[in-house]
Amino acid sequence: MSTKEWPLWEVFIRSKQGLNHKHVGSLRAADSTMALDNARDVYTRRSEGISIWVVESNYVHANDPADADSYFEPSDTKIFRHPTFYEVHEGIKHM
Amino acid sequence: MKVVETIDLEQKFQDKIDREIKIEPNDWMPEAYRKTLIRQMSQHAHSEIVGMLPEANWITRAPNLRRKAVLLAKVQDEAGHGLYLYSATETLGADREDTIDDLHSGKAKYSSIFNYPALSWADIGAIGWLVDGAAIMNQVALCRCSYGPYARAMVKICKEESFHQRQGYELLTTLANGSPEQKELAQDALNRFWWPAIMMFGPNDDESPNSAQSMKWKIKRLSNDDLRQNFIDATVPQAELIGLKVPDENLKWNEETGHYDFSPINWDEFWQVIGGNGPCNKQRVDARRKAKEDGMWVRDAAMAFAEKRMKKQSA
Repeated sequence: MSTKEWPLWEVFIRSKQGLNHKHVGSLRAADSTMALDNARDVYTRRSEGISIWVVESNYVHANDPADADSYFEPSDTKIFRHPTFYEVHEGIKHM
Repeated sequence: MKVVETIDLEQKFQDKIDREIKIEPNDWMPEAYRKTLIRQMSQHAHSEIVGMLPEANWITRAPNLRRKAVLLAKVQDEAGHGLYLYSATETLGADREDTIDDLHSGKAKYSSIFNYPALSWADIGAIGWLVDGAAIMNQVALCRCSYGPYARAMVKICKEESFHQRQGYELLTTLANGSPEQKELAQDALNRFWWPAIMMFGPNDDESPNSAQSMKWKIKRLSNDDLRQNFIDATVPQAELIGLKVPDENLKWNEETGHYDFSPINWDEFWQVIGGNGPCNKQRVDARRKAKEDGMWVRDAAMAFAEKRMKKQSA
């Protein structure tokens, strides 16, 4: 019986030049080379990508979704960060 | 956790579902929701993987290079679909090896259709057309499932599977337009796969006790019987168009309902096959178990090699 499971990797794909890498899913692989090869075979069989990143899932850190409301509250309450908050005279152009 | 808090969390959870907000991996969810999803998604994954067996059996016997390349690509897709689904199941905290071991021990099920054998080349056509066709009908509805990772996997799978259904129908069309023997082969495949495909949608709604909760949680969007009716309505004209006869004496268009009427389903056969007494149950699970055991040394070697290289690099 094998004792060790291959680690989990998160896969990010750039679909074309000029766009950012986007998370598409995950897979298991023994090392990064195998993770990349598997990601190519699993997630890009139909020209979905031109560049792949793989990151071991252990290294991904995330905020706690249970606290998401208070965590992101500062960005909801500061409406003056948006241009629509300001009054501008009619007829003013290029602003 | 206090009872009051749990009730509150459950209420919030259901509100989210009602407002069509997707549930993501680390969000709070009722244990029963998590369990239902793990069961459904892992069994879906197993179906993709076990589904490769009847088809892979025909790759070396494809009649020409085009058909062979197509079948290879289809079987490779199924492996990919299994992987998307195992990965999505892992986001719920299910260990992948445990999930696979549940298949091998017989604890977890997979789609009963794969317990029928692929006896002739025409069966490869019938599998693509009917089995993938029925799966797509089910999976299109699952693209709107409330659990984000499952829904996203379904979107990708549906995109890829439309070719699976088409290649099967094209294959059967070619046979149906061929010699009388070839046409007979196509008809025979339809005769054997029709009812098992109809059963793929599961028991009738009034015999499906978990359906109501799954509908409330929006894991399931359409009932078994509705999906089955949609499939029959879509598929019967396709059979007629290529001159094949659906093996159901009571099949008749009903002007009033706008649907086809059809014979009662032989549920005894369905439960027998689910229960392990189908023609290929043992063969399928044995093949999966053997694949895991025989491949063990490869996986161990890859892990040992990766660890050795890591050590060298950090030294």
